[in-house]
Amino acid sequence: MKAFGFNLQKTRTYEIDTTHSPCEELEHAVPSFRQCMFCGSCAATCSANSHIDFNILRYNLLFRRGTRQEIANDLDNCMLCGKCSLVCPRGVNTRAMIMEMRKELQTDRP
Amino acid sequence: MTQAADCIIIGGGPAGLQAAGRLAQAGYHATVLEKEETVGGKLNKWDKLFPDFYDAKKLKKQLEDDCASSDVTLMTGAEAVKVEPEGSMWKVTVKDGRTLSAPSVLLCTGFEPFDATRKEEYGYGIYPDVISSVELEAMIGKGEIKTRDGRTPQSVAYIQCVGSRDEKTGNHYCSVNCCICAVKQCIEVKQLLPEANQYCFYMDLRMTGQHFEERYRESQEKYNVHFIRGRVSETALTQDGRIQVKAEDTLLSRPVKMTVDLLVLMVGMEPSPSTRHFAEELQMSDPYGFYLSQDHESDDNLTRHAGIFLAGSGKRPMAIPKTRKDADAAAWEIIRYLKQHTR
Repeated sequence: MKAFGFNLQKTRTYEIDTTHSPCEELEHAVPSFRQCMFCGSCAATCSANSHIDFNILRYNLLFRRGTRQEIANDLDNCMLCGKCSLVCPRGVNTRAMIMEMRKELQTDRP
Repeated sequence: MTQAADCIIIGGGPAGLQAAGRLAQAGYHATVLEKEETVGGKLNKWDKLFPDFYDAKKLKKQLEDDCASSDVTLMTGAEAVKVEPEGSMWKVTVKDGRTLSAPSVLLCTGFEPFDATRKEEYGYGIYPDVISSVELEAMIGKGEIKTRDGRTPQSVAYIQCVGSRDEKTGNHYCSVNCCICAVKQCIEVKQLLPEANQYCFYMDLRMTGQHFEERYRESQEKYNVHFIRGRVSETALTQDGRIQVKAEDTLLSRPVKMTVDLLVLMVGMEPSPSTRHFAEELQMSDPYGFYLSQDHESDDNLTRHAGIFLAGSGKRPMAIPKTRKDADAAAWEIIRYLKQHTR
């Protein structure tokens, strides 16, 4: 007989109360971090994003909202080519942003 | 009946005062009918004006000074209730029964803030710490932001488009001013409460005026306001009396939940009761109850009735600078009309 009922999955809701923490270190290391207006041009030009699920815009947002650990492994997929910095209309140093996030999440490989 | 003035202006807010001042400067006599005991209209409820924190009291003083002429008669506590033609003149009846007569009438009856109790899901009128932007402005004016039970808020959230761009409330239009007003208020609240976290929920932000965009950036870069794209779906009261807010963060495609001490509703603009009344009485109402001008491109101060003119936010939501320029334009149209028809 087929199993009946359903299982609860972990909630997808993120809670700002429990996760929110200021991004002071990142802001200090990369002052342009705050200037992102989430236009998505970085993600649109990203070579990695066109082949695998790698979205800098989303990482920026998740990092701000405090849901950081879930992006830790993803960050290693960046090839640091810098195309995103080239197209950013607000001059966010996206490459430095990725490097600093890696450092803070300790995924930076030697 | 004797002629009271060259023009009777109904409404003594920014539009009415501006037009009265301009008419007087050109040598025409204007009588302003204001239903409240003091002139200034909604300006009295505001402390500072966007985008540059212009002092509302200073602006009111300037408008009043322009009206300090023997050619302007300010009548306060005088609510106009009827406007009707009388020969080639217009007769205006005041609530206490007095009647005035003039060749022209300018309607400056303006707007009123949306009644947020109609958006029940936000909890206004149900939870004490859900307030409107008008109430927040009063707190900012006093220099003290507190919850109802006297706590200092650690977190404040704002909801945009309350009663604007909302088919449920019947208001399909954008109220123009709330986006930038929220940015202004976020900055002021942060100055008063440097420790507070601030979140602003929006559908999209319409920074339409010059220098608005810069202010919006400043609010993020300097004052660390978090703008979250997504419309709040519901609010609830937590056990410790705070406000829980639920929304979808549409940039992340994920639900977001948070608890705040103060929730501010950026209420939109609706036609004031007087605007609705005269728009209907004179058969020149748009679908929302605002005045319909003769032609919004070229004859925006004229109406279907010769001698009845319009200025300000009774026509549609507009900010004070635009309202004043609209009143200037209306004064010019009135002068042109008076020259043709009276002298």
